[in-house]
Amino acid sequence: MSGSRTSGSTFVGMPAFPEAAHNAVNNPTLRGNLRHATHTIRAKRADAVAELSDWAELREAGKQIKDHTLRHLDRYLVELEASVTTAGGTVHWAADGDEANRIVARLVQETGESEVVKVKSMATQEIGLNEALEAVGVRAYETDLAELIVQLGKDRPSHILVPAIHRNRGEIRDIFRSEMGAWGRPAPEGLTDAPTELAEAARLHLREKFLRAKVGISGANFMVAETGTLVVVESEGNGRMCLTLPETLISVVGIEKIVPTWRDLEVFLQTLPRSSTAERMNPYTSMWTGTTDGDGPRAFHLVLLDNGRSDTLADEVGRQALRCIRCSACLNVCPVYERAGGHAYGSVYPGPIGAILSPQLRGTGSAVDASLPYASSLCGACYDVCPVAIDIPEVLVHLRERVVQGGPVTRDGSKVVLRPAKGHGAERVAMRAARWAFSRPGALRAGQRVASRTRRLHPRSLPGPGRAWSATRDLPPVPAESFRDWWQRTKGGEGGAQ
Amino acid sequence: MRVALFLTCVNDTLYPDTGRAVVRLLARLGVEVDFPMAQTCCGQAHYNTGYRHEAEPLARRFADVFREYEAIVTPSASCAAMVRELYPRMGERARAEGRGGGLSAALAPVIPKTYELTEFLVDVLGVTDVGASYPHTVTYHPTCHGLRVLGLGDRPRRLLQAVRGLELVELPGAEECCGFGGTFALKNADVSAAMGADKVHHAESTGAEVLCAADNSCLMHIGGTMTRLATAVRPVHIAEILASTEEDPTV
Repeated sequence: MSGSRTSGSTFVGMPAFPEAAHNAVNNPTLRGNLRHATHTIRAKRADAVAELSDWAELREAGKQIKDHTLRHLDRYLVELEASVTTAGGTVHWAADGDEANRIVARLVQETGESEVVKVKSMATQEIGLNEALEAVGVRAYETDLAELIVQLGKDRPSHILVPAIHRNRGEIRDIFRSEMGAWGRPAPEGLTDAPTELAEAARLHLREKFLRAKVGISGANFMVAETGTLVVVESEGNGRMCLTLPETLISVVGIEKIVPTWRDLEVFLQTLPRSSTAERMNPYTSMWTGTTDGDGPRAFHLVLLDNGRSDTLADEVGRQALRCIRCSACLNVCPVYERAGGHAYGSVYPGPIGAILSPQLRGTGSAVDASLPYASSLCGACYDVCPVAIDIPEVLVHLRERVVQGGPVTRDGSKVVLRPAKGHGAERVAMRAARWAFSRPGALRAGQRVASRTRRLHPRSLPGPGRAWSATRDLPPVPAESFRDWWQRTKGGEGGAQ
Repeated sequence: MRVALFLTCVNDTLYPDTGRAVVRLLARLGVEVDFPMAQTCCGQAHYNTGYRHEAEPLARRFADVFREYEAIVTPSASCAAMVRELYPRMGERARAEGRGGGLSAALAPVIPKTYELTEFLVDVLGVTDVGASYPHTVTYHPTCHGLRVLGLGDRPRRLLQAVRGLELVELPGAEECCGFGGTFALKNADVSAAMGADKVHHAESTGAEVLCAADNSCLMHIGGTMTRLATAVRPVHIAEILASTEEDPTV
């Protein structure tokens, strides 16, 4: 496997997470939008999950199906290729985003068309497909309502399921009013911010695109190896339009999206809707198997995307991230995401799952990717809600090790040894010093005594890195005597066993 | 039963009152505790910041110091979680790195007998009424590692509800992280501070005098935010509430 990984051109040069989060934390509109949206969906999800008495078993089953499939991915991919080919589709293999983009651009150009309609797809966002198509003169129209809002607003997605979660109704109305006309049918006169009016404006705008488009592009939530069936789970009906009306359908799907059999879908079609939208059953579940005469697209292409997934699979701790079914439950419950917003994660995969996916798919070389493993208080709420039991805190800590200690990783299919990341020198020294002191109770005690004797001299604000604490928090007063000195002096007071 | 107090480095250095409270509380319940002077730190800050190899000698030291005791009690949910959940993982990782089962074998004896204080009271001693008196309005913040890693459940609440004079009021958004997260508080200070301020505002909205938790590291962050925001609520460790009696009250 070769070639550099495409990271989605819109995210190149992102600052590290703490700097990017700084602005979001201090933006009251954004904080309000995110708080309202995440708390609403969080509560609904909890109710929807509580309805199922066998949730724990479903979660375990989902985890095991994914782990089994990943363990035998080589076999299932070949099986899938054969099934898709037998059903009349054509399978393409893409080692990285650039290769996938080139394949899709060529396939579109071969149809002679200059525009495509798109079903919401994380894989095509990940590789920056829209920008790649634009570069060869093909315009890609997003048809998911939230993706449309992001595209019209020349914005970036900030949530996996609800890419425009950072926008409120008033902002959406303004975007529709000012931008729709440049892309097609303008927004109706006198558009207000009522949800039904906004939805109707989008419906009218998109309808002409659905009816005109000859090429549709999608991702997929699942690919069934035994039959070559692809599955898209959506709730607006736009996906159904894009998957059935065009003459050519191109699906770009990450290789980890395979399930072996139809029977396996039974688990995920229960856990995915309840985890993502808190629905008992998903509204539009589209499934297609190759091509069918007189029904739907006449040509079907499946582009299987690696783009760092095989490398991730090679890591025995990190590989569990590939179980992800993109439900967003971890984003909705995350206190850090709620305050930092999705853009701070510098990737189409924000939130806790993004913090473990991006540094694995892209490597830890950039400022933002090296900072993502630290974008968590390790509170564990994400692991609790994950429907495939990804232990996100475990992977975060594992990736922190990779950043500060370096070590063996797989990049582009080869084993390499990473050097420790720059910028952690002072921390490394502090950690070693702490380990030294904690390995010698006498040294610890000496330090405690110095702190106690000088306690009246301690400043309220700390210099240097300590300012990060004392800017918003007072320091705890240091006691006159540590516990261990008290214990030794009093022999444990009255209750000690000495 | 030979019971050791693992106080933790943070409590030893900054919160000796919490340590004295544990000693006093357990003595009242007929349990004499020992404080092995060779104890230092469980290694959690090292491990969670990515310095697993620096944490290993600290874990080995912990196991050496506490091996002979029948129970190890600690007034810190996150340090108890470090021993119970992450020590086994450290052993597995060492094995995966080709260093054999030595670390696992060294750590194994202490893992099952390490208890967070409220677990020890409810599960080992079988008490929920510890004979305490604390005539104050209290709200309880379940810290993340106690809540989600150890699964403390309603143990702390049951203990608090049995305290005479104590009025327990529910904390809105109780299960949300306070934003401490160890080195997270420094590395992502803006987000950490925003989470802390929200936690403090929730505590204030209850009208309680005291915010109680089973972990002083979280309370250090919450309390530091409280004094900076000039809030009327005070942070108090649950051990100090449970140790409080009419004759010898905790303030």
